[in-house]
Amino acid sequence: MLDLTYETPKPKVIAGAKYDWELVIGMEVHAQVASQAKLFSGASTRFGAEPNSNVSFIDAAMPGMLPVINEYCIEQAVRTGLGLKAAINLKSAFDRKNYFYPDLPQGYQISQLYHPLVGEGEILVDMEPGIARLVRIERIHVEQDAGKSIHDMDPNMSFVDLNRTGVALMEIVSRPDIRGPEEAAAYVTKLRQILRYLGTCDGNMQNGNLRADVNVSVCRPGQYEKYQETQDFSHLGTRCEIKNMNSMRFIQMAIDYEAKRQIAILEAGGKVDQETRLYDPDKNETRSMRSKEEAHDYRYFPDPDLLPLEIEQAWVDDIKASLPELPDAKKARFVGDFGLSEYDASVLTAEVANAAYFEAVAGEAGDGKLSANWVINELFGRLKKEDHSIEDSPVSPSQLAGIIKLIKSDAISGKIAKDLFEIVYTEGGDPEKIVEERGMKQVTDTGAIEAAVDEIIAANPAQVEKAKANPKLAGWFVGQVMKATGGKANPKAVNELVAQKLAQA
Amino acid sequence: MSIDIETAARVAKLARIKVEDDALPALAQEFSRILDFIEELNEVDVEGVEPMVSVEPMRLKRRVDGVTDGGMQDKILSNAPDAREGFFAVPKVVE
Repeated sequence: MLDLTYETPKPKVIAGAKYDWELVIGMEVHAQVASQAKLFSGASTRFGAEPNSNVSFIDAAMPGMLPVINEYCIEQAVRTGLGLKAAINLKSAFDRKNYFYPDLPQGYQISQLYHPLVGEGEILVDMEPGIARLVRIERIHVEQDAGKSIHDMDPNMSFVDLNRTGVALMEIVSRPDIRGPEEAAAYVTKLRQILRYLGTCDGNMQNGNLRADVNVSVCRPGQYEKYQETQDFSHLGTRCEIKNMNSMRFIQMAIDYEAKRQIAILEAGGKVDQETRLYDPDKNETRSMRSKEEAHDYRYFPDPDLLPLEIEQAWVDDIKASLPELPDAKKARFVGDFGLSEYDASVLTAEVANAAYFEAVAGEAGDGKLSANWVINELFGRLKKEDHSIEDSPVSPSQLAGIIKLIKSDAISGKIAKDLFEIVYTEGGDPEKIVEERGMKQVTDTGAIEAAVDEIIAANPAQVEKAKANPKLAGWFVGQVMKATGGKANPKAVNELVAQKLAQA
Repeated sequence: MSIDIETAARVAKLARIKVEDDALPALAQEFSRILDFIEELNEVDVEGVEPMVSVEPMRLKRRVDGVTDGGMQDKILSNAPDAREGFFAVPKVVE
């Protein structure tokens, strides 16, 4: 009932010098859990604090300090898994991923390689109305973030801030089901939307709270279908991983560049090396991050400081019962219950706050479509002009519903409604009262309109003759009447009366 | 299983432990002996046996989500060989 039917988009094809090529993309998205404290310590996760002030001895890896897990972070990861229709593993475990870097004082990251908390799920990635890609999620595991190195404060030194060290991340790993740069950006957009609906990650990409590693490979048409049939990766090309992308636009540009780079290598008879690359937005290119010799050997092993994480099905069930309505369901409901187009429903459900605002308006105004038009075109347009979010809207849902009710009852015309909206937006107040007090009410009194029509017909005999020969010119009379009544005449009544009077004249 | 000198040098490098070249043969031999012992353990059939993670049945200890720690920049930096403007200062590392 809730499922909207959709078609699968066509994969992006890039024409090389010799052949056509298709893209195959998989993503690893790191989403910071929206928690107060870190994954294994009681230090704050607050962004923008003094350097090294949100650091405990555990985060600084002082000898003898032991990690104690933050239960809320686990709950949020489970919630995320449930929101992606994923299997929850009641038993998972933590492993050490060993590598050496100044912003990782432990010398290892606590992660979940062998037994992740969340198993297979899925995300429906909307491309345009009626077209969507179902992307499979392979797993979600919980891990620690590293600190931050700053390289541009001193010519010879790097500066390290451990405030981020140990903050809980969910690494959400997709299958290679994404088939183009636009789909990749749409995937991140949809994932971000779901996370924000769930409240498990704030999705702030600028602060690095959501960032993506993008795995890109290219193959000749037909190869991908062979992979899907067999799940055998040998049908696909060698992939490169572009690390740490935190902008939708750069994700697309990086994929585009990387695909073309690989195609050029392959068409010249070369071989793509599996490696980690970094995207440079200034030059719009990707470059190798680590040489092959230094290929990481992470020497994963189970973390001896942490027992396996065992959770109870009843707890998972409780979390499931508390899930909010998610974007796909909300969109389907808006289409079904309010008769909205899929496009309008997508716009309104992009953010929970927008959807809630619309529902409040539509509920009170009793007209879904008209409410959608007003929220999307007038309100969003006006808010955008001043760079306001819906939370700062000077017009409350109740006020907007009031305006819509006045339109519906024919008390004001659509044109006057826009003036009224502007007054409510800038000055506030009760729309109904404003209409009363400022005499904005539509004139539906046919007597008054009739008088105005008669007057204009009498004053313009030449126009009358012309209009008789060409009925399209009746519009001029309608315009004159509207002008004479200050725009308050009911346009429908005016149209009817003008046509009637001209026929009699 | 025999560990050659090259592998021993690589493991030392990954662990950031400085080992002089003349100490490597002995280290490699020690590694080999450890791995031989592990191989011996591997002969035990553990098919279908749950790995034992603790002697007593214990549940992973949990913590509620509250800020209870931090706010001690001076202490965190006190052991640093070099610290400036609240940061650890380390030799330049650029990828």
